[in-house]
Amino acid sequence: MGKKLLLEHIDVPGINTLSVYRSKGGYTALDKALKTMTPDAVVEEVKTSGLRGRGGAGFPTGMKWSFLAKPEGVPRYVVCNADESEPGTFKDRYLMEKIPHLLIEGMIVSGFALGAKSSYIYIRGEYFYVARILEQAIAEAYEAGLLGKNILNSGFDHDCYVQVGAGAYICGEETALLESLEGKRGNPRIKPPFPAVAGLYGCPTVVNNVETIAAVVPIVNMGGAAYAGIGVGKSTGTKLISASGHINKPGVYEIELGVPVEEFIYSDEYCGGIKGDRKLKAVVAGGSSVPILPADLILKTANGEPRLMSYESLADGGFASGTMLGSGGFIVMDESTSIVKNLYTFTRFYHHESCGQCSPCREGTGWMEKILHKILHGHGSISDVDLLWDIQSKIEGKTICPLGDAAAWPVASAIRHFRGEFEEFVRNGHSIKDVRHYYRLNGLPEPAYS
Amino acid sequence: MAKVTIDDVTIEVPDGTTILQAARMIGGDLVPPAMCYYSKLKTSGGYCRTCIVKVEQGSAKDPRPMPKPVASCRTTVMDGMVVRNITSPEVLEARSGVVEFLLINHPLDCPVCDQAGECHLQDLAYEHGKEETRYEFERREFEQIDIGDKVQLHMNRCILCYRCVKVADQLTDGRVHGVLNRGDVAEISTYIQNSIENDFSGNVIDVCPVGALTDKTFRFKSRVWYTKPVDAHRDCPHCTGKVRLWYKGDDVLRVTARKDKYGEVEEWICNECRFDKKTTSDWVIEGPSKVDRHSVISANHYENLRVLKATIDRQKKALPHGEKVNLGQGALDPNNIHGK
Repeated sequence: MGKKLLLEHIDVPGINTLSVYRSKGGYTALDKALKTMTPDAVVEEVKTSGLRGRGGAGFPTGMKWSFLAKPEGVPRYVVCNADESEPGTFKDRYLMEKIPHLLIEGMIVSGFALGAKSSYIYIRGEYFYVARILEQAIAEAYEAGLLGKNILNSGFDHDCYVQVGAGAYICGEETALLESLEGKRGNPRIKPPFPAVAGLYGCPTVVNNVETIAAVVPIVNMGGAAYAGIGVGKSTGTKLISASGHINKPGVYEIELGVPVEEFIYSDEYCGGIKGDRKLKAVVAGGSSVPILPADLILKTANGEPRLMSYESLADGGFASGTMLGSGGFIVMDESTSIVKNLYTFTRFYHHESCGQCSPCREGTGWMEKILHKILHGHGSISDVDLLWDIQSKIEGKTICPLGDAAAWPVASAIRHFRGEFEEFVRNGHSIKDVRHYYRLNGLPEPAYS
Repeated sequence: MAKVTIDDVTIEVPDGTTILQAARMIGGDLVPPAMCYYSKLKTSGGYCRTCIVKVEQGSAKDPRPMPKPVASCRTTVMDGMVVRNITSPEVLEARSGVVEFLLINHPLDCPVCDQAGECHLQDLAYEHGKEETRYEFERREFEQIDIGDKVQLHMNRCILCYRCVKVADQLTDGRVHGVLNRGDVAEISTYIQNSIENDFSGNVIDVCPVGALTDKTFRFKSRVWYTKPVDAHRDCPHCTGKVRLWYKGDDVLRVTARKDKYGEVEEWICNECRFDKKTTSDWVIEGPSKVDRHSVISANHYENLRVLKATIDRQKKALPHGEKVNLGQGALDPNNIHGK
């Protein structure tokens, strides 16, 4: 059993209340930080811990914090990105729903470290009931003197607010989130300036994922060096993985980074193997936007080493034969899955969620969806697959925010690794799933798909 | 001051200048096209992505290249920056991709569009687009909405450059129009079909790079290349009154602001000058306008010949000694003419 730092007490009844949370060692990190540490010392601990952003990009949190501009007389803000909208990712919801005080504690400690007097939790509209839970927890914290003026008699003031979004994927992009938080249309801003210099209301702002902020609590408790001892290489600590798809035990798992992917999928401790003992076909390892990998490449890297659940190992081989840890939305697909159908679903999502601000994403996502729809319904041609490839290459890297990349990568990787399946669709005009069924029923040898 | 090299031409510019502005200071064909950037409007630019360039060297201090192409209109220069625009095949390829994206849902109704002849999208498509479309689906259509008796909105032609929104924000009080919806159904619109009414609302026509916002008083009167531009002014209580009149015969068909060669207005004009003063007696005529855009609008102004001569001169200078530019017979290969 791996070490658990965030979800250790998740099954304790009533852990969502302040009293139970405190009885399990809650708010000791806040106590420790406020009474024995300076803000810079907290930042230093986070740097030492090697914690990397858990929202998807994996940027070192300590470094992000140290970039924060600190001009005189200008307020600074901590914003928690709880707009968890990536298809396949549901770890933040679980964390906030079950153990909201962990996030609140993390917010106050982060606020202390960065000298922010107020912090905001921007939560997606679909998580309305979670926002209620958080508000309840914040009210409890105020009552206990853990929020508000002069927290724990340390002289530090901090206020924490929950803001509910209106349900747009794009508002998970940090600058679109800030725009939305300011009450404007949720369009990503053009960077630079980065939020660390001019963020919320033009003031220096740090935007971090829920899990990142929650991870600050164990880091302060155990010390950065001890946290860095967990995990592998530059992937330190633990990570919440939202496992879904054709597995026996879908759910949120806290893993020590560095668990082999094979163990994660097949071990009873985690996913418990593929449903119905079918064969593994492909895995989307970090939420819908990261490249999909076929079974052989997700279990072993291109040079034959076992692939681990870590930032580096999953990215091994670049996009040619690797992927990304992303936000940890681990979607497993067995042999009955049609990659083309799945890709159509993803692309339709990105088309729907494009904000429409810059042209490649606005026009390209819709175009890709239409072509995939055409292929899926048996009207495609081989040149459509090439066209799809060309379109994605013209979106990737040409847009203001990473949504363009997020829309392009699944398409690129699906064609890269499963081109045979697209061609099968084009030739036969129906799904690969049905094709298999047809061959099996008639006792015919199956064609090679990819 | 910062020294920046764009397509092997080096120029020194003040700090805070964007790459696009620096390129415009150099001038010529290395200036990236811009569909949404407008130097007179704050925070404009960055949306259309046609001005993307490659930064080969970030600065003298940090010579790493930028990983992705950047929008030249929103990226400020650093000392020692090296930028590639037309000398990078990668940039040209990416730009033709952007042009294709802008065109797939554009109705291509140029034959009935008032903007034809002075349309930036036309120019862009001629210069950077492909000959034919690869898009085979139905083009996007919007419901027509009426935004008042002066300005005609054709949402189908819009490329969402946000210029008109910035004009309304920065020039007038109480903006009533903006972008509704999101993604590829995002549209310029007014909430509950308000009409746009204020003294300077007509300027949205001038900033619109395409035929999405056109002048209702000029609608279907004439193709722009049949009209003759004349600079004129009047004593106006609202604006500077410096305008351009577009004549056909003795009639003033249209009044617009004066625009520079990048299609940007020199000074904003008010609605009274634009829509109500359409007789010669309202104006003091200064003389014929020089239009040095390289597109249809400057046809019959013989400007193109001048530009061609300048280009040839420059190429002559760039060639090593002894070589001559051959423009005589045989220099043209008919196989290389694609009608661009």
